[in-house]
Amino acid sequence: MRTKNTIIFSLISTFFLIFLISIWKILATLQGLSIKSFNIEILFIFGLLISLAHLGIGDRIKSFYKSIIFSLLFVFCDGYLTQKLPIWYNVGVFLILYFFTNKISKYSFVGLKEEHSTQVILFDFLTLFGILFFSFVILFPFYMMLVTSFKTQIALLVNPLDFSINFRQDIKDLFKSYFVIFKSYKFGKYIVTSTIVSVGTVIITLLFAIPAAYAVARLNFFGKTFLSTSILIIYMFPAIVLVIPLYTIFSQLGLRNSIEGLLIVYTATTLPVAIYMLQGYFKSIPKELEEAAILDKLSWYGIITKIIIPLSIPAISSVALYVFMIAWNEFLFSLMFLDNPNSFTLSRAIQYLSGDAETPRQYLMAGSVIVTLPVLFIFVYFEKYLVSGLTAGSVKG
Amino acid sequence: MNDTLANTEKKTAYILTLPAVLLVFSIILFPIFSNIWISFKEVELKDIRIPEPRAKKIVKSISNEPSKIKIIYKLRNSSLIQEIRDVSFQDNFPKNFEIENLDQRCSYKKYNLKCKFGNWPAKYKENFQVIFAINDGSKIDKTYLKSIKPKLDGKSDNILLNTNFTLKNFKKVLFENEFVDLLLTTFYYTFFGTVGSIVFGILTAQMVNQKFYGRTFMRSVLLFPYVAPVVALAYTWELLLDPNSGTLNSLLLNYQIIETPINLLGQKYIEISILGFDFKLRLALTTVIMFEIWRYFPLAFLFILARLQAIPKELYEAADVDGASPFQKFFNITLPQITAVISILFMIRFIWNFNKFEDVFLLTGGASGTRTLPINVYQQGFAISDIGMGSAVSIVIVVLLLMFMFFYFKLLGKRVDEN
Repeated sequence: MRTKNTIIFSLISTFFLIFLISIWKILATLQGLSIKSFNIEILFIFGLLISLAHLGIGDRIKSFYKSIIFSLLFVFCDGYLTQKLPIWYNVGVFLILYFFTNKISKYSFVGLKEEHSTQVILFDFLTLFGILFFSFVILFPFYMMLVTSFKTQIALLVNPLDFSINFRQDIKDLFKSYFVIFKSYKFGKYIVTSTIVSVGTVIITLLFAIPAAYAVARLNFFGKTFLSTSILIIYMFPAIVLVIPLYTIFSQLGLRNSIEGLLIVYTATTLPVAIYMLQGYFKSIPKELEEAAILDKLSWYGIITKIIIPLSIPAISSVALYVFMIAWNEFLFSLMFLDNPNSFTLSRAIQYLSGDAETPRQYLMAGSVIVTLPVLFIFVYFEKYLVSGLTAGSVKG
Repeated sequence: MNDTLANTEKKTAYILTLPAVLLVFSIILFPIFSNIWISFKEVELKDIRIPEPRAKKIVKSISNEPSKIKIIYKLRNSSLIQEIRDVSFQDNFPKNFEIENLDQRCSYKKYNLKCKFGNWPAKYKENFQVIFAINDGSKIDKTYLKSIKPKLDGKSDNILLNTNFTLKNFKKVLFENEFVDLLLTTFYYTFFGTVGSIVFGILTAQMVNQKFYGRTFMRSVLLFPYVAPVVALAYTWELLLDPNSGTLNSLLLNYQIIETPINLLGQKYIEISILGFDFKLRLALTTVIMFEIWRYFPLAFLFILARLQAIPKELYEAADVDGASPFQKFFNITLPQITAVISILFMIRFIWNFNKFEDVFLLTGGASGTRTLPINVYQQGFAISDIGMGSAVSIVIVVLLLMFMFFYFKLLGKRVDEN
């Protein structure tokens, strides 16, 4: 049992080390270093030696000194094998090794004797591996988007792997792509349009949804259950099915290429979710408050504005943020309804920009950064509100 | 007393819900019905523009006669295929304008010119000319004259409203349009995208449910692909995967993992041999599915994480006492607890992936074997300009979805009965 566990432990930790170093090498390559190989065989031997040595030494040396010694040894050997790399690369390797040896320091020969220790090790390392893997896979495209928007066409063609940004150049050169898309591609206007459309959708949706949600949550009327189930069914309904009839109706009414048209469609598509989310919250407000209000002869308008709305500010703001994000990110309807560059939203403008094969990619990425930043900012800043909204309504997409 | 109270309550409820219901009905339910209507018609994109009578006003002074002015209206029928009937025309003039040559189709009363032009065939054009004399000798303000716009009106048939129906669209969709291939592609895309996103959702939720440093940060990061605009993400991926100077290909080339760049989004098949078996993988479709999984696993992650956090800790403590291994705990406690969420997620994601348009459209535009049914709706309706065909394809989508939901609920109901 012990030998088997020892072998499995050292193999898993070795693979983990290889993974760590490989990611570091990729990142270093993207800073312009020329690293041609992962040296997996050598890493494998090193990893095995380190994890076995760690088990062998056990508690005889303090784990802090042990980590330092292992890391330094690795850095020297690695530096000898892959020569002429700058000092920051080796510092990174040292830190990774230090992190790694710290992580394995909680395993010992004694621990490996325990039942299920193989599975515990596997679970621990899979979690670690997962965290790093998913962070890398998710953040990498965003990182690339940002970096590419700061590069020049020539730099991108000469070495597509060089992601380093030259901060010593003039601010004007650094932000050149942004200046260009604002100046020659009218992105300022698109930002305004997108903002008007999104904020407008939020306001109209709330105006319609709050009374309706109140009625569904509180009042008894014929067709109530039908209404609340049809809200969910309509929510599931595919947008692509609506596109052709809406296109024909809108072109006959002359609503295409207009902000009003977009507002109507966005409001109608976000209303079901908004009503669904709000009525769930309204139900949780104690009924006694309204009963008191009815005794005070308050009308339904008074009840909604004086009791319901002040009490459900968190829910309303979560719905508002969430509808804003849907409207801001929306692409299908803006593609169908807008073909005049004067009425483009940001998403449509970026798609239009990419339609021209000549458009340099750093402009495209600068546009992408502009459209992404507000959403990510809102999301990170108001995450608590939004996550509850996401689970309740699950952004359509 | 009680009765009236209930009545007012009802009334209030209808007043409160009416605006929302009306809007949703007119924008969502009405189009669904009109979709069925259009799908049985032969309509093209150019047919849906209503023909309009148009007039362009040109003001010209006449040489040698400063007190006279000539106004030319360039009249035309905006449609190239349909006639306009009973065209009427109206224009106003300043109070010192007297008409010189009155066309027999027109009348001039109270400085208002009214004409009845009769029927205009398709592509109709005419230069209609009127000359005025100014009776008090004052100066003519040409820009003011031009700013008064003439009003035109006419009747025309709306091709959408007549009652000629045909089954041609559906015949074409089902028998001519490589329907089986379309259906298979859509199915692969939907099924693997759904399963993949759920699997990754389970993995990440299990991961974040443990305690580690930076856990809340990790939770927000995992949701990034889901909340960011699809346009930005799709173009970033396109750059990342570009065969000529994309980062991924350059990296793989740099580390000598591949010898020639792979066009991940533009190549339909790639030959792979595993253990001596050669088979063809649909490369572009696989890449698009990867993007799909990458973008939508956060939803599964969020749902499953919420469920995981609601599992009572006592279950795990009891399992620890019994000496269960981590895998046993996962398969015997965690998995049964999240099956309900997974089955709901599967349905939601299956339906939405089945209708997903933007992602494939932005990445490949439906080329290299990634043409799914929603893409086909767009291509038929707007690229080939056959609105009727596009409608028919979307009706097929709805029917397939309804069938899926029917069988899914039946299957689910059976499962529940067995347990």
